[in-house]
Amino acid sequence: MTSVAETLRRGPLVQRHRAAGAKLIGFAGWEMPVQYAGIREEHLAVRTGVGVFDVSHMGEIEVRGRQAPEFLQRLLSGDVRRLAEGEAQYGVLCREDGGILDDEITYRLAEWRFLTVTNAANHERDLDWFRARARSFDVDVVDRRDDFAMLAVQGPEARPLIARLSDGGLPPRMHCCQRTVAGVPALVCGTGYTGEPGVELLVEPARAPELWDALLAAGAAPAGLGARDTLRLEACLPLYGNDLSTERGPIEAGLGWCCAEATGFVGAEAVAAVRAAGPRERLVAFTLQGAGIARAGNPIAGGGVVTSGTYSPCLQRGIGMGYVPVDSAAPDTELEIDVRGTARPAVVRAKPLYRKDA
Amino acid sequence: MANASYPDDLLYHPEHDWARVDGEEATLGITWYAQDSLGEVVFFDPPKVGAQVSKDAAYTEVESVKAVSDVISPLSGEIVAVNETLGDSPETINDDPYGDGWLVRITVADPSEQEALLDAAAYEATLD
Repeated sequence: MTSVAETLRRGPLVQRHRAAGAKLIGFAGWEMPVQYAGIREEHLAVRTGVGVFDVSHMGEIEVRGRQAPEFLQRLLSGDVRRLAEGEAQYGVLCREDGGILDDEITYRLAEWRFLTVTNAANHERDLDWFRARARSFDVDVVDRRDDFAMLAVQGPEARPLIARLSDGGLPPRMHCCQRTVAGVPALVCGTGYTGEPGVELLVEPARAPELWDALLAAGAAPAGLGARDTLRLEACLPLYGNDLSTERGPIEAGLGWCCAEATGFVGAEAVAAVRAAGPRERLVAFTLQGAGIARAGNPIAGGGVVTSGTYSPCLQRGIGMGYVPVDSAAPDTELEIDVRGTARPAVVRAKPLYRKDA
Repeated sequence: MANASYPDDLLYHPEHDWARVDGEEATLGITWYAQDSLGEVVFFDPPKVGAQVSKDAAYTEVESVKAVSDVISPLSGEIVAVNETLGDSPETINDDPYGDGWLVRITVADPSEQEALLDAAAYEATLD
């Protein structure tokens, strides 16, 4: 029952959302649609067909200049030398102590041009972090948040739908290319946050409404932040602010795969030390054994804590992720979660919790 | 239930709960506005028969995909029946919030408490 304050930022699609019957809420300073027809219905539309999410609250930072690769190599946890033009790379931004400042996807648009997509709540802090470290490099750091609207088109029917509307072939997973989609120039990215195939489209905000209309007319179901959360949690994709924070590092979060400490990124030494010694706790996925739904903040017996919890429309039970001591992190380990005073049994599961072929 | 409705034969609590008083007992539930705000209810953990409920205090929870919400009692008394069918089909709270989606039945401890509750028109006026 969140009331929407007048001070929230409004994306270019707010009128479209109202017309589609959305409930709008405040999220990370933006007025965003949380649901349209209902979270379960939207969730299943994405799992079985195609849904479209307005994620225009996401931020964008462009880095350009002859030292852009060296600069980003210093900030991002991945090996930027392995990021070719037209490719995307997932990574984290760490503090010196290894605590996670943000998790981001960076696109290499050209040899000396990169676009990093930030989480809305972290955008300003990321921008400050980038700018403070840009002084010793020959680069320009440009805030491009207001230059892009972003639509995520996700589901088994998403790529065929976009292919029909596009003037050229679609990029493979973790690649990007410039296309015209339904007449609208778009950076088409083979990325997403649902565990389904699909694309994300970065477009000029003024053109977003006509693209939204074309996507709906082609059969995409509008899906809100509520379904985005249940989908990403079934896929065990971490959410900054819940599962990721400055309090813990990427090894604890299970993101060691996107950290190339040998590159010397800020925080690499701390990350390498945790990797060598082994983390004390790990981010695990779990399912509730019986009734009940664990939520973020619920304690886990033995010294753990739930960082994300919801009801899974596909598994039809409570699911979540949380940090537990490493000796409780193996799949099939039984957990006891304190859900507002009631001890509820749960079991650690292999990630992801939902698989297409399951 | 797709469209908002607030039946005239109920008493309402501003925290979006209703009471249907029938002699010395009352049936309690949540309003159309409450279930619409929550979205699809996926879990209802019924309280125990015999438990005491107090006016303006939480006596149970209903849980949707996205959130858990306390349910506030509009009246004081003792629970004499709970709607066991909601354990298997909590979505009934969305489909029929004033009928099959009732939550509990209580004995009415203090009939004068009803004077503080709202009629349908007064409750509706509190919504936006």
